[in-house]
Amino acid sequence: MRALNIKLIRNLWKLRGQVLAIAVVIASGVAVLVMSLSALQALHDTAAAYYERQRFADVFTNVKRAPRRLVERISAIPGVRSVEVRIKQLATLSIEGFEEPVIGQLVSIPEQGEPRLNRLVLRNGRLVALGHPDEVVLSEPFAEAHGLQPGDQLKALMNGNQRTLTVVGIALSPEFIYAIGPGALIPDNLRFGVMWMGDEALAAAYDLDGAFNDLSLGLLHGTNPKLVIEHIDRLLERYGSSGAIARKDQISNWFLMNEIEQLKTMSTILPTIFLAVAAFLSNMVLSRLIATDRSEIGLMKAFGYSNWQVGWHYTKLVMAMTSVGILLGWLLGAWLGRVNTEIYADLFRFPLLIFRPDAGVFALGAIVSLIAALAGSLGSVRRAAALPPAEAMRPPAPPMFRKTGLSQSRVAHWLDQPTRIILRQIFRSPLRALLTSFGIALSVAVMVMALQWIDSIEKIVQVYFHDAQRQNMMVGLVETQSDTTLEEFRRMPGVLAVEPMRFVSANLSAGNRSHRGSIEGISSTPELQRVYDASGAVLEVPADGLILSTKLAGKLGVGVGEPVWIEVLEDQQPVRKLPVVALFETYMGMPAYMNIDAFNRMMGQRPSLEAVNLLVDKSQLSRLYQRLKSIPKVSSVVLKDAAVQEFNDTMGETLMIYISFFAAFAGALGFGVVYNSTRIALSERGRELATLRVLGFHRGEISYILLGEAALLILVGLPLGCFVGHGLGWLMTSAMDSELYRIPLVIKAATDATAVLVTLGATAFSAAVVRRRLDNLDLIAVLKTRE
Amino acid sequence: MSQSSPAEKSDITLEGRSLSKIYHTGTVDVHALRGVDIQLYEGELVVLLGPSGSGKSTLLNILGGLDTPSSGQVHFHDLEITAGDESILTRYRRDHVGFVFQFYNLIPSLTARENVALVTEIAVNPMDPAEALSLVGLGERVDHFPAQLSGGEQQRVAIARAIAKKPDILLCDEPTGALDSHTGILVLEAIERVNKELGTTTAVITHNTVIGNMADQVLHFGDGQVVDSKSNTSRQPARELSW
Repeated sequence: MRALNIKLIRNLWKLRGQVLAIAVVIASGVAVLVMSLSALQALHDTAAAYYERQRFADVFTNVKRAPRRLVERISAIPGVRSVEVRIKQLATLSIEGFEEPVIGQLVSIPEQGEPRLNRLVLRNGRLVALGHPDEVVLSEPFAEAHGLQPGDQLKALMNGNQRTLTVVGIALSPEFIYAIGPGALIPDNLRFGVMWMGDEALAAAYDLDGAFNDLSLGLLHGTNPKLVIEHIDRLLERYGSSGAIARKDQISNWFLMNEIEQLKTMSTILPTIFLAVAAFLSNMVLSRLIATDRSEIGLMKAFGYSNWQVGWHYTKLVMAMTSVGILLGWLLGAWLGRVNTEIYADLFRFPLLIFRPDAGVFALGAIVSLIAALAGSLGSVRRAAALPPAEAMRPPAPPMFRKTGLSQSRVAHWLDQPTRIILRQIFRSPLRALLTSFGIALSVAVMVMALQWIDSIEKIVQVYFHDAQRQNMMVGLVETQSDTTLEEFRRMPGVLAVEPMRFVSANLSAGNRSHRGSIEGISSTPELQRVYDASGAVLEVPADGLILSTKLAGKLGVGVGEPVWIEVLEDQQPVRKLPVVALFETYMGMPAYMNIDAFNRMMGQRPSLEAVNLLVDKSQLSRLYQRLKSIPKVSSVVLKDAAVQEFNDTMGETLMIYISFFAAFAGALGFGVVYNSTRIALSERGRELATLRVLGFHRGEISYILLGEAALLILVGLPLGCFVGHGLGWLMTSAMDSELYRIPLVIKAATDATAVLVTLGATAFSAAVVRRRLDNLDLIAVLKTRE
Repeated sequence: MSQSSPAEKSDITLEGRSLSKIYHTGTVDVHALRGVDIQLYEGELVVLLGPSGSGKSTLLNILGGLDTPSSGQVHFHDLEITAGDESILTRYRRDHVGFVFQFYNLIPSLTARENVALVTEIAVNPMDPAEALSLVGLGERVDHFPAQLSGGEQQRVAIARAIAKKPDILLCDEPTGALDSHTGILVLEAIERVNKELGTTTAVITHNTVIGNMADQVLHFGDGQVVDSKSNTSRQPARELSW
C-alpha cells in the first residue's frame, strides 16, 4: 500500500469519533431517503400487483335498479373488457357480545365460479355455496375485530327481515383496502364490515331478481375511462344512476393513493434536510481538520507531492468518511423501509408484499450524499492543496483577535477572563459560530416538525369532532324518508335532540371549473352540527344560497356573492344556479351546505331527510341501540366517541412510528453537530486549555471554556430551531394539503419544549463524551511541543 | 547530595527526596530520573543545566505538581504534595506555583492584561495585573493581544502572568529558548527582578550555560541525575550576560 494511503487509514482511525459522528448524520439522510423511497416503491408495486391479481375494476357505478339484460349492451361499449353486475346493500347487524349496532356492507358474489372482477382473496374457510342463502364471507379485519370464525353466526336486519347468517369464509378484497362506513372518516372495523353473500340470496332478500344495483367494469389497456363513463352514464341514467367513477375516485383506492402521495412528500423534503446538514457538517469538520493538518501538508508538498495529489488525498478522506455513513444509511434505510412497508401492508392488509428496493434508490442516496459532502468540503480541500509548503510548515501565527464593542461596555467589567475567551472565540469567527448554532437549530427543527403532527391532529379532532359536532350520534337512513321520521327518533329512548340532514350527489361548477361532490342540507340554525366561519363565529344557514368550504370555493374559483351551478345527479336531476352566501373553514373534505327547506324545494320533494343527528343521553345508550337494531330504515350509525377513538388510534399508531424515527434522527443531528464542533475546538485549543490547567485551573473551569462556548451556541440554536421548525412544519402541512383533508399548522409550546429537550439531551451526551477527553489532557506534552 | 545555601535565608521552600521517574514505553523502561535529591531555599534562584533528555524538565514537572514521581517525595514547606491527588495538585499549582513556558502559551483571545487577570481572578492575594506587567516592563502594552506583541514581549507577559499571583515558586522551562539573545536578556532581567524584589524562589531550566552566572546555585543534569552542582558567590546581573 502507498504511504499516503496508510496515512489516510491511520488518520481515519485517529479521527474515528468524528468520523462516526459525521457518518451518523450522513447515515440519517441516506436512511430516510432509502426508507421513504423503498417503502414508496414497495407500496406502489404491492398495490399494483394486488389490483392486477384480483382484477380490481377500472370503473364503478351504482343504480337504483337495472335489469341484468343490460350487461350485453354494456359489454358492447368500446374499451370495456369485462363487466360485473352486483347487488350492494347495507344491513344492520347484531353481534353477540357487542352492544352497539354494526353496519354491514353486503356485496354479492356468484354462487358458482369466481367473479369476473374484484375477486376475493380467501384467507380462511370457503366461498358461499349454491342453495345456502344464509352463508356469508366476512372481510378479515371485521372478522378479526369481532373474533368471528367460519362456523360462527350473526344476526342481520335485511330489508326489514331479521336473518341469521352463518360465516363460511374470511376474505380480503382490493375494493375494500380502506373499508369506510357511510358517514365515517376512517375505517372502524368494529362498527362497519364488508360481507359477501350469494347473488341469488341477495337478489331474493332485496327483491332484485334479474336486476342489479352495482356495476364494475374492467377496461382494455389504454382505454380512457372518461369516454366509457360518459357512455355508461347515458345508458344508466334512467335506472337511477348517480354517475360512474373511475378507479382513481373509488374511495378505498383514493385513500390508498393519498397515503402514498403523503409518503412521497416526506421522501422529498426530509432527506433534503438531513443531507444539507450532512454537507454542512462535513464542511465544518474538514476545513478545521485540514487546518490542524497544515504542517503535514507542508511536509507532503516539500517531498514533492503535487497540489493535485494533496487535494486528492483529502478528497479520499472525505469520501471514506461519507462512505461509512452511506453504508450505515443503506443498512438502516433498507431495514426501516422494510419495517415501514410492513406497517403499511399491515394497515392496508395487503395479502402480499413486494419489497424489492431498486438499486437505483441506494445509488441515489449514495450519490446525493457524496455530492453533498464533497461540495461541502471542496473549499477546504482546495485551500489545503494551495497552501505553499513553507507556509504550511511554519506554525500558524497566533490568531488575530480584536476587542468588540462588548469589551468596552460596562457589561465587560463583570465578565471574568474565561467568559471573555468564550465570547471572543465566537466573535472571531461569527460565521462558524452561526453555522454550529444553525446545525443545532436544524436538529430542533426536525423534531418540532415531527411532533407538530400530534398538535395538528389534536386540533383537527377538536374542531371537527368537538366544536362543529354537538351531536354524539349520526344515524343514516336507507332511503330518503319523510320528516315524520324525525318524530320517531325524538321519541326513542335517551334522545335529547334531533336534527335532520339531507345528502345528494351533485356536480358543482363555476365558469369552466367543476367539482363532483355532494350537497348537504341542514337546518337554518343548526344546534347539533354547527357551521363556523373562518373567524370562528357560528353561521346561520340562510334560506337561499350555498355555504361552501373555503377549499371547495378555491377549487371552483368563487367568492361570496358569486353564483355556482348545481347539477343534481339523483332523482329528477334538477339544475340550479345558486349564489355563494358564506364561506367556512374545515379541515376535512370539501363540503357544501344549504338550508334543508331550500334543499327540499330544489328536489321538488316534501320535507324529507337521509340522516339524523342525535344528541343522546349516554345512560340510555343500551336501550337506544336495541331500538336502532330493530328499525329497517337505519343504514348506518356513527358514534362520535367511537369515531374519535378510532381516529386517534389509527393516527397515533402510524404517527408514533414516524415521530420516534425523527426523534432518533434529530438526536443524531444534535449529537453530530455538537460532538464535531467541540472535538475540533478541543484539537485546536487543547494547548490553550492544558496551559490553563498548568496555571492551576480545575477541570471544571477549563470545561467551562470549551463547553460554555458550545452551550452558548446551543442556546442560540434552540430558539432558532423552534423558529425553523415552525417553517418546516408550515412546509410539510402545506405539502400535505389535499382535497381529503388539510393539516392545520398548530405547534404547542410543549412541542417546542420537547424538541428542545431531545436536542439538549443529545448535545449533553456529546458534551459528556468531550468532557472525558478534557479530563485526560496531557499537561506535560503541551509545555514543550508547539502545535 | 546536599548543597549549602549561599543566601542568608535558610528556609527550604521546596524539597525533593530520592525522586525517580520511570516511563514505561512498550518494552523499554526509560529512567528519566534516578534518585534525585534537591532543595530550593527561600528566595534563591537556581539554574538547571543539561542536555536534552537529562531529566531536568521531568524534575521541574514533578516539582511543579504537573507530574508524579515513580518513587520519592516532594515537600512544599510541610506539605507533601506527592501524597495528594489530582485536586490537591491543582490547588498547589493554583496557589503556590508560577509557570513560564518556552513557547509563552498565552491565550490568544485575551489581551496582555486579561492574560494576567486570568490568573489573578483565581488567586488568593494577587497583585494588580497592570502592576505585574509594569514589573516586566510592559506597562505601556497592557491592551495588546498576543498577536500584536513580539516574542520577547509575549514571554514577558507570560512572566507577569506567572508572578501576578505572588507565587512562592517560579518555575521557568527554557524561557529564552525561542528568543534571540537581546530579547532573551530582557526576559531574564524580568525574572531576576521578580526574584529580587518579590523574593520568589525561582528555578530556570536552560541549555545555555551563560545563564548559570545569574544564579545562586547551578545544577548540572546528566542521565537523570545531578552530576555537578555549583554555588555562585556573587550573582552576575542578567543585563551583563551575553551569548
